[in-house]
Amino acid sequence: MTHDDGPAEPLLVVDDLRVVFDTDRGPAVTVDGLSFEVRQGETLGIVGESGSGKSMTSLAILGLLPPTARVSGSIRFRGRELLPLSDREMRELRGNEISLVFQDALAALNPVMTVGDQLAEAVSVHHPKTSRDELHRRSIELLELVGIPSAETRIRQYPHEFSGGMRQRVDIAMAVANDPALLIADEPTTALDVTVQAQILDVLRTVQDRTGTTVMLVTHDLGVVAGTADRVLVMYAGNKVEEGPVEQTFYETAHPYTRGLLASLPRMDRRDRGERLFQIAGQPPAATALPSGCRFAPRCPSFAADPCAQSVPSPQTVGTDHVAACHRVANLREESA
Amino acid sequence: MTATGTRSDALVIDRLVTEYPIRGGLFSRRIGTVQAVSGVSLRIPAGQTFGLVGETGCGKSTLGRTVVRLVDAQSGSVRLGDAEISSLGKSAFRSVRRRIQLVFQDPYASLNPRLSVGAILAEPLIVHGLHTGRRQERVRELLELVGLDPAHASRFPLEFSGGQRQRIGIARALAVEPEVLVLDEPVSALDVSVQAGILNLLDDLQREFGLTYLFIAHDLSVVRHLSHEVGVMYLGTIVEQGPVDEVYENPLHPYTRALLSAVPIADPRIERGRERIVLRGDVPSPANPPSGCRFRTRCWKATDLCAAETPQPRLLDNRLVACHHTD
Amino acid sequence: MSTGTASAGQISGTRAMLRRFRHHRLALAGTVVLVLLVVACFGATWIAPAKQGVQDLALGPTAPSWAHLLGTDELGRDYLSELLYAGRMSLAIGFFVAVVATVVGTAVGAVAGYVGGVVGEVIMRLTDLFLIVPAIAILALALNGLGSSPVTIVLVLSGISWTYIARVVRSQVLSLREKEFIDAAKVTGTSTARILVRHMLPNLAGIITVNISLAAASAIIVESTLSFLGFGVQPPRTSWGNMLSQASGLVGTPQVYLLYFPGLFILVTVLCVNFIGDGLRDALDPQGRQL
Repeated sequence: MTHDDGPAEPLLVVDDLRVVFDTDRGPAVTVDGLSFEVRQGETLGIVGESGSGKSMTSLAILGLLPPTARVSGSIRFRGRELLPLSDREMRELRGNEISLVFQDALAALNPVMTVGDQLAEAVSVHHPKTSRDELHRRSIELLELVGIPSAETRIRQYPHEFSGGMRQRVDIAMAVANDPALLIADEPTTALDVTVQAQILDVLRTVQDRTGTTVMLVTHDLGVVAGTADRVLVMYAGNKVEEGPVEQTFYETAHPYTRGLLASLPRMDRRDRGERLFQIAGQPPAATALPSGCRFAPRCPSFAADPCAQSVPSPQTVGTDHVAACHRVANLREESA
Repeated sequence: MTATGTRSDALVIDRLVTEYPIRGGLFSRRIGTVQAVSGVSLRIPAGQTFGLVGETGCGKSTLGRTVVRLVDAQSGSVRLGDAEISSLGKSAFRSVRRRIQLVFQDPYASLNPRLSVGAILAEPLIVHGLHTGRRQERVRELLELVGLDPAHASRFPLEFSGGQRQRIGIARALAVEPEVLVLDEPVSALDVSVQAGILNLLDDLQREFGLTYLFIAHDLSVVRHLSHEVGVMYLGTIVEQGPVDEVYENPLHPYTRALLSAVPIADPRIERGRERIVLRGDVPSPANPPSGCRFRTRCWKATDLCAAETPQPRLLDNRLVACHHTD
Repeated sequence: MSTGTASAGQISGTRAMLRRFRHHRLALAGTVVLVLLVVACFGATWIAPAKQGVQDLALGPTAPSWAHLLGTDELGRDYLSELLYAGRMSLAIGFFVAVVATVVGTAVGAVAGYVGGVVGEVIMRLTDLFLIVPAIAILALALNGLGSSPVTIVLVLSGISWTYIARVVRSQVLSLREKEFIDAAKVTGTSTARILVRHMLPNLAGIITVNISLAAASAIIVESTLSFLGFGVQPPRTSWGNMLSQASGLVGTPQVYLLYFPGLFILVTVLCVNFIGDGLRDALDPQGRQL
């Protein structure tokens, strides 16, 4: 890990990222002009519903988009431009400096290799000179880091001998095997039950405390973000609609979409039975048929024909470190004040 | 605990047991049994919602499928109003069937891709001989009822989004004018912004038609929003049940406490200030449940008594709790 | 999940099906050729240049010419006319075998798959038996014993090919049976028969049409093989198979090219039928390519 003093350049800078697929129905724009940064040591939560482009963004950073994707813009990691890198150069980076925790831990593990062998391989791929003893020691250390008891015996077992939660722990262990600077967790707890989710989020927190890795947490769950993220980025239809520190984003919500999302959530800690939930009208647009102007305009309760239908709003500062991409953000502030 | 029930109860489930065979070996012989539902009792007053929560494998979906007789019960009974339905023969049950319907979890798998929406909604009418002569009209009414454009009856399921398909699924269940709807995770496949619309619709329909819901879900926030009473299931049994606000605000069973504390709340200050009970380990296999209290292997209060004796549900603070260590 | 609604104004049902089929170029070409072939064969009485079996011993074998497009055989018969008349038998056998085998195979496969249990197992072991015996030998023996009238040929060929369809249909039904929309139909109170016909059959349409075409094509080929071996259609009835068989006697003579014509007719028919099957399968799938 590099340790620069003072306000160094952010760990990752994404600038004007655009990911387009060609389909029978024309180009599908899944990420459009997305800019954000991930700062050293923080947890950035990227929130969005299915189709918002949040997973495409993490795949683009990892260089794992299918070859049919047309990618433009810039992704700089520690000052190094990633998009022009070759497959081989990306492979060296992946699993080493940038790594990924998958949603489906079972699919991410090889069913015919013991967990120990897979952990050892994750290390030796990037550090081929590591001795067998060292690999063995490291594998056990990693399993202990993610809270798997009796690691000595567990490393000789196969993935199917682990429960869902335990497999997700192994997956995290593999991801942090080489002390990555950036850990991208793409819906890491979506397939899990809440009590297991609580365990896994705990593990992620512990790992982050011990290794100091930076985490980019991609999720649809606003509750998970509220509990774990330092900053939040909200995506809708390939655009960033709001970005800010977690408290500002939740308590001084600026964008109508974020407001709608929060209002449409039933709350476990409130007596709200019988009250109507806020309903965002309509459906998210298809990636092949994005509306001109603001992507959220057709569903927006604060819609105004001019300028919402005319131009895509650019992010405006609405508070310290807090931006929202909405033409009417000033009007909304007045209304709610 | 026997659910006695009164005349106003729309659905009474009494000591219901559902088992699945484990098959293996040559000619897939039965080599064991999984008891997915182990003696569940509950009752739902007419026009109310009973929320059934629990994690994967706790048996909540099997319970729902048993109630609508997609699966046969091993023992116990299900009473629909004044009709005992679990003991009815297949043909006798057919006449009661339309009084209880199921809404499925997956709006993609639960609609026949080869039938138009109009045909899907007309099916129940044809099967039960309802609205003969004005079926097309009835189909349009149903679509309108669930907030869809009646002109879209000729379209096929793949032309609709997930939320719209779930509305079609609800319309199909309503087609036969049932009294009770079993809702099996009806919003868990949907995005948040779509989910709210379905929850509002279910609420509206209950008010309009006085429907009774057995609402099965793993999302505790959604359950609280819709339910009058709630039951928490763990490995085939209900560990705690009672009025929704009391259970959520003052959970008595250790599992309920852990479960509720694990649910993330979309509010950073509340979420970070909460005391979280992180449970040890995983849910044991239902094929080989622990003796005594089934939760004891993960419970921080467990003692020898818990392994020796199965705790019976006791009435405590207006609710039923099955635990040796709540007072 | 959120790709949202499909494009507005999309046409559903039969019209969309026809449109998808029309866009399948090979299927369209196959249909045109097959229709021409069927019309030519069954209208041979009016279309064919010569009447069936009219000999011209004085003429004898001739090479293709404007008078006789495919030439004449050693008895001076117009070979094109003979092929068209013979086609009636080959096409009819293909058609009837396909229909009988498909109806029987679909019914048996659907019941075996849906009912399952012992009945299903027994039926499937029976079809296994059909799969492992050398079909041609059995057919030859059966036809030898029963006599080879066209009806027995159809029945015996169907007797072999329904098992293939039954297996495919059964495996499809087994997977459909687990689908939630079948559970939904049960919860509605739909009877088993109606579930099979109304909810499963439309989902089987694709594989059934493919199998109809495969069964038809293979029946034409098997009939030809049998006739070639002398067990199939017997003279004086003609089929492409026994014409092929007779022409095989010409190997070593200048007329050996006559061997290719029945072969070509068989090949073209089988190809057309296969293309049509592919096109129909795609057309019947509403999830198929949207055009």
